[in-house]
Amino acid sequence: MRRRFSPFNLVSVALGIAFLYVPIVILVIYSFNDSRLVTIWGGWSLRWYAALLEDVAMQEAAVNSLLIALSSATTATVLGTLAALTLTRLGRFRGRTPFVAMVYAPLVMPEVITGLSLLLLFVAVNLDRGFLTVTIAHTTLILCFVAVVVQSRLVGFDRALEEAAMDLGCPPLRTFLSVTLPTIAPAIAAGFLLAFSLSLDDLVIASFTTGPGATTLPIRIYSEMRLGVKPQINAVCTIFIAVIAIVVIAASILTRHAERRRATE
Amino acid sequence: MKKRPAQSRSSGEWLIAVPPYVWLVAFFLVPFLIVMKISLSQAVIAQPPYTPVFDLAAGWEGLKAYVRALSLSTYAFLFEDELYLFSYLKSLQVATLSTLILVLIGLPLAYGMARAPDRAQPILVVLVILPFWTSFLIRVYAWVNILQRDGLLNDTLLALRIIDEPAAWLASDTAVYIGIVYSYLPFMVLPLYANLLKLDESLLEAAADLGCPRWKSFFLVTIPLALPGLAAGALLCFIPILGEFVIPDLLGSSRTMMIGQTLWMEFFSNRDWPVASALAVVLLALLIVPIMLYETVQSREIERR
Repeated sequence: MRRRFSPFNLVSVALGIAFLYVPIVILVIYSFNDSRLVTIWGGWSLRWYAALLEDVAMQEAAVNSLLIALSSATTATVLGTLAALTLTRLGRFRGRTPFVAMVYAPLVMPEVITGLSLLLLFVAVNLDRGFLTVTIAHTTLILCFVAVVVQSRLVGFDRALEEAAMDLGCPPLRTFLSVTLPTIAPAIAAGFLLAFSLSLDDLVIASFTTGPGATTLPIRIYSEMRLGVKPQINAVCTIFIAVIAIVVIAASILTRHAERRRATE
Repeated sequence: MKKRPAQSRSSGEWLIAVPPYVWLVAFFLVPFLIVMKISLSQAVIAQPPYTPVFDLAAGWEGLKAYVRALSLSTYAFLFEDELYLFSYLKSLQVATLSTLILVLIGLPLAYGMARAPDRAQPILVVLVILPFWTSFLIRVYAWVNILQRDGLLNDTLLALRIIDEPAAWLASDTAVYIGIVYSYLPFMVLPLYANLLKLDESLLEAAADLGCPRWKSFFLVTIPLALPGLAAGALLCFIPILGEFVIPDLLGSSRTMMIGQTLWMEFFSNRDWPVASALAVVLLALLIVPIMLYETVQSREIERR
C-alpha cells in the first residue's frame, strides 16, 4: 500500500465537498434569520419555525408525503427484492432481457416521461387520481433502486450456505427465510431507506399523478418557491434535511455495526 | 459465481419473477404504449382531451376505423413549429456541456477520494451520498437563495469590489449549469470512485519504474482503466439532464426552455396531451442509444463482480 494522498488530491476533495455543502449550510443558517428579507441578517430567531406550526396546508402536505413514502417504499421493497432475486437466481430464463431493461430504465428515465405516461395510463383505465395513483407511480420508480441495491448484495452472497441448509433437509422457503434473508437484510433496509427518501423527494412524477386531496410536500414547497424566496421555505427545508441526515447517518452506523459483527463471527 | 442453480432444486422458484414482472409491464411498459398511441391521436376538446384509447366493443370494423384514425399530424406539427426544435437543441446543448463540466469536476474529486487514507474513505463516501439523499428541490432552492439579486454571491462580489452593481445571476444559463452540476455531482462521482478504487496500483508503479511521469501515467493508465466508470457516470448524468424540468424552471430564464419545460407547459398549461405525448416519444427516441449504452455498461459491471 503506497497510495499517495498528494496536496492536489487533498485540495480537490476539500473543494468538492465544500461545493456540495456550502449552499445547504447557507440555507440552514438563513432559516434561523429573524429578518423578513431572507438575505438581510436580523439576528437568530425561530420565528419561521413557529410560523410553520400555523401553516395547516404545509402540515397536511407533509403527512400526505410521509404516508405515500411509507406505503410506496414498503411495496417497492418487496417487489424490488423479488426483482433482485429474479435477476441473480433464475439464471437465463426466457424474457430476462426485457426484464433487465425494465428494471434499469426507470433509474435514468427523465421524470417528465415517467410521470406523463403513468398519468395517461390512469386516465385510460379511469382510475381516480389521488393518494393511490401517486403511490403506484412512486412504487414503480423506486422499486428499481431497491432492486439494484439488493442485487449488489446478492451477487457477493455465498450460496454454499443455502446449499448446506438444503442438504440438511431444510425446505426452500425456510432456507430463504432463515439463511438468505438475514444475510441480505442490511441491503434490503438500505434499499427501503433510499426508496423512502426518493418518494419523499419526488416533485415531477407526483405532480402528474396527483389529484385532489393528495398534495405532497414537494408540490406544496414548489408552488411556494415559484412565488419567490420566503424564510418559511428555508425552515421547512431545514427540517427536511435534518430528518434525512439523521436517518442516513443512523442507517450507515447500523450497517457498519452489522458488518463488523458478521466479520467477528 | 458462474455456477447456475440446478434446475431440479425447486420447481416453484420462477414464481418470484411474477410480481415484479407483472408490475413493471403494467406500470412501465403499458404506459409507454399509451403515450405512443396518444401521440398519434388528434386533440379534441373533451375530458380526457384526446380521442379514445381503445374500444373493443366495436369489433373488427371498429379496429379498422381505429387504425385509420391514427395520424402523424401531431409529429408534423412538432417539426413545423421552431419552438420545439429549439427546445430539443437547448436540452442537448445543456446536457452535453454540463456532463463535460461534471467530468472535469467529478474526476479530480473521485480520484482524490480513491487516494484518501483508508480510514477517511467511508466518511468521504457518506459525505458525497448525503446530499443525494436530501431533496433535489431543496438543493436547487439553496442556489436560488445564493444567486438572487440581493443574494450572497452578489453581496460577496460587491464587498470584494469585483463588480460595481449587482449582477442578474438568476434566470440565466449560468444558473442552470450551476444547479445541474451541483445536483448531479454525486451521480458522476460515485461510479467513478467505485471504478478508481479497483485500480491496480502496481500498473502505476510499473509506469513510474519505466520513467513515465505521474501526470502522463494519469492520462495513459488511470483514465483508460477508469473508462467504464466514467461512461457510467456520464450516462447517469446525461440521460436525466436531457429531460430535466425542476432546475431550468427554478433557475433558468423562460425565454429558451428545455424540452422538459416545454412538455410540462404543453401538458399543464395548454392541455394539449397529444403534443405532450409526441414530445415525450421524440425525447425517448433521442435517449434510446444512451439508455442502451448505459444498460450495457451496467450489466457488464455486474457480470464482472
